[in-house]
Amino acid sequence: MNRYSPWKYSFIILLVGLGVLFALPNLYDKDPSLQISASGASEVSELTEFQVSTALEEAGIAFKSMKVGLENLTIRFNDTETQLKAKTVVEKSLGRNYSVALNLAAATPDWLAKFGAEPMFLGLDLRGGVHFLMQVDMEAAVSKAEDRYMSDLRSILRENKVRYKTITRSKEGGLLIRFKDDDQRNSGQTLIEDEFQELDVTLLEAGSDESQLLAKLKEQVVLETQKLALQQNITTLRKRVNELGVAEPVIQQQGLSRVVVQLPGVQDTAKAKNILGATATLEFRMVDEDHAAQDAVDGRVPAGSKLYYQRGGQPILLEKQVMLTGDSIIDAASGIDGLSGQPNVTITLDGKGAKRMSAATRDNVGKRLAVVFIENKVEVVEENGELVEKKEIIEEVINAAVIREQLGKRFQITGLESTKEARTLALLLRAGALAAPIYIIEERTVGPSLGQDNIDKGFNSVLIGFALVLVFMAVYYKVFGLIANVALALNLVLIVALLSLLQATLTLPGIAGIVLTVGMAVDANVLIFERIREEIRNGNSPQASIHSGYEKAFSTIADANITTLIAALVLFSFGTGPIKGFAVTLSLGILSSMFTAIMVTRGLVNLIYGGRRLDKLKI
Amino acid sequence: MEMQKTRFNFDFMSKRKIGLVVSSLLIIMSIISMSLEGLTFGIDFTGGTLIEVGYSESVNLDTIRTSLSNSEFKDAIIQYFGSANDVLIRIPPSEGLNNADISNKILSLLEGAGANIEMRRIEFVGPQVGEELKDDGGLAMIYALMGIFIYVALRFQRRFAVGAIAALVHDVLITLGIFSITHFDFDLTVLAAILAVIGYSLNDTIVVFDRVRENFHKVREATSVEIFNVSLNQTLSRTLVTSLTTLLVLAALFIFGGEIIHSFATALIIGVLIGTYSSIFVASPVTLALGITREDLMPVQKEGADLDTMP
Repeated sequence: MNRYSPWKYSFIILLVGLGVLFALPNLYDKDPSLQISASGASEVSELTEFQVSTALEEAGIAFKSMKVGLENLTIRFNDTETQLKAKTVVEKSLGRNYSVALNLAAATPDWLAKFGAEPMFLGLDLRGGVHFLMQVDMEAAVSKAEDRYMSDLRSILRENKVRYKTITRSKEGGLLIRFKDDDQRNSGQTLIEDEFQELDVTLLEAGSDESQLLAKLKEQVVLETQKLALQQNITTLRKRVNELGVAEPVIQQQGLSRVVVQLPGVQDTAKAKNILGATATLEFRMVDEDHAAQDAVDGRVPAGSKLYYQRGGQPILLEKQVMLTGDSIIDAASGIDGLSGQPNVTITLDGKGAKRMSAATRDNVGKRLAVVFIENKVEVVEENGELVEKKEIIEEVINAAVIREQLGKRFQITGLESTKEARTLALLLRAGALAAPIYIIEERTVGPSLGQDNIDKGFNSVLIGFALVLVFMAVYYKVFGLIANVALALNLVLIVALLSLLQATLTLPGIAGIVLTVGMAVDANVLIFERIREEIRNGNSPQASIHSGYEKAFSTIADANITTLIAALVLFSFGTGPIKGFAVTLSLGILSSMFTAIMVTRGLVNLIYGGRRLDKLKI
Repeated sequence: MEMQKTRFNFDFMSKRKIGLVVSSLLIIMSIISMSLEGLTFGIDFTGGTLIEVGYSESVNLDTIRTSLSNSEFKDAIIQYFGSANDVLIRIPPSEGLNNADISNKILSLLEGAGANIEMRRIEFVGPQVGEELKDDGGLAMIYALMGIFIYVALRFQRRFAVGAIAALVHDVLITLGIFSITHFDFDLTVLAAILAVIGYSLNDTIVVFDRVRENFHKVREATSVEIFNVSLNQTLSRTLVTSLTTLLVLAALFIFGGEIIHSFATALIIGVLIGTYSSIFVASPVTLALGITREDLMPVQKEGADLDTMP
């Protein structure tokens, strides 16, 4: 009686072995490191590796190792001081086209990494960093989209000789069009419905002395607009976060109108906010072909022109007068030109912009048109040992292309080097015409010292609570208590292994969840042991007591754990960030405790007591 | 067959009237306090800004108050956090201020006063987000209770489900009441703790109910009151041992877990104590008062038997 089959033991040993394997990486310390990634057109390659290692050698900075990954280069150092020194050196040697981020790289040994074992991901409250929740102003996105139709509506009505009085924004949203009389209104309605499929046109009976129409974006279009606004903002935020030089940033959509930005390790929130909130615009200007750009570089800038630099660094002279700004761009998409097979970017302008564009390009066919990307950036630089905030306006000519014909509402930019460049240009054009304002509605910043504090305190309380329970169990249940303690220790290992395997984020509430599971995991064993004691009191033999103790306690344990799991799942689905962490560890803890408290202890009990005559049980 | 021997032999059910009075008093006090005083919501729910600053040496709060009093942050609430080196500054949400800038301004004001400070934590929650978190929290509580009700009703019987939910509502109300009376901060982690309390207290209740069900099947010549009494006594040592081990780890969390986790641990300790009490003096009496009998549990058994014989 009370014997486990070999396969059950093998199963237990296998699971425990896997648990230990995946929990192991957490024991290794992390290396301070630099993570170098390319921004823009450049790439991280062996060449970069060579460049960086030469620069570090020249500066006399020792590093542990250097490794080229898929998209980035990781250099490990022995301590944080060297890491910081190296950052300055590397930044100087690589220049603007690369971003250098401070990071803590996991020092998982290769043989472990081969199994895919990685340490747990530490949450911002443990490693320090910034969490922003940003709201995209969707009303503004929609009203901006509607505004674009205003001028289009005016011109189409005028062209078709429909007499309207005014077109204004309605307070309740939509565009209000006042007509001279009902006849004009009716023909206006048919005209608008024919021309603008995206608009919903309704009659307004309100002010009965006037004939009015209300034009609103169709539900479908509104949703599209909002989706686009969100995507554009996420793209822009990505680009800016890259500039910040943050390792492992998280930029994620949350709900329909929000974006979560998490920047581990960032402490200067002021800088982060400024860069995330930087505004970017676009300008179209004609290239000044009459003067040589080199003269301007030497200091002789012609009146009426302004000196710019292209992205590669070549100087270019542009006319001072702005032809068009980025506000007029509705959309920009990259693609392949059907005729030439070359990569291109198709730009769509709004009505007003199209008119200006066509007027300006009519007389300038054959000349070059430049697109200038302007970004207002705030940078923190060190001056005389002090950190100074510097506002900087970056103006960069991203493209200068020859005008082939008179341009209108939709036109193409060709002559791009690669499809990658076309994509980047389309992205910049869209980003420049930032579709909707975005603002911070939630911020959680944890300084680095507090993060370390939280780790220390969290682990301390887990260890102390754990030790207290171990002592109590050993004293109260003797041999069985020791068996339960083995199970409890395994439970802890399994939770850590599961968290590492899922690459779940460990937060402070997550640690609290682990502590709570430690307390509750014992419950299953208490239930079993009390049941065994009861059976013995009722005069049953020790073997029979063990058997029925486990048997009878099982359904109770299952019921109790399932109900707790329900509560944990609800927590998970409603909770945000930190609460989710708590729910995750609680659920994992419940599941793994079912295995350790029932199967593992039974296996040990059977191993010790099974298959022999017993007179007494030490319980 | 004789009733099983038990280590304890308390007559819990004869004292259920006393339990009723105690629980009612506690619940009434909680409701009164919550309607008069409300809960001291943390910025998670009210919105606003919270800044934790670490000083290199102990600092006088009045100095900080003076340096902030001449600024636009006159309404700031300033208090120590854990030690005299650590200060917590709270700024209520306000219309005129650019929320994202508040923390930067305050930090530079404090630095300007010549102190050597270190930013430890900044939390800013927009009023709209706070409102949503409150709604979501309430919804979470309701959904958790609903899910549990359905599970218990299916696994046991409707009357048991009512008893279990009564105990849970009892626990939640009294824990909230204690937070209201003591003016402890009620933030997101406390909400999580209360949901964990729901899970824990339910654990206790289910263990008792499981035994009640078993005894109804096994012991034929006993009244319902006797069955509940025996079941409570049989599970009592388990109830006490589990509460004790859970309280041991919670005490460790409370003492060594640091300030941030304090209110979380407090809520759980209160909840575990009340949950242990309620599984004896609320869940069982309510189920009993609803007139649970042996016959109520028979159909469940039949269904189970039918299922077993299915191929």
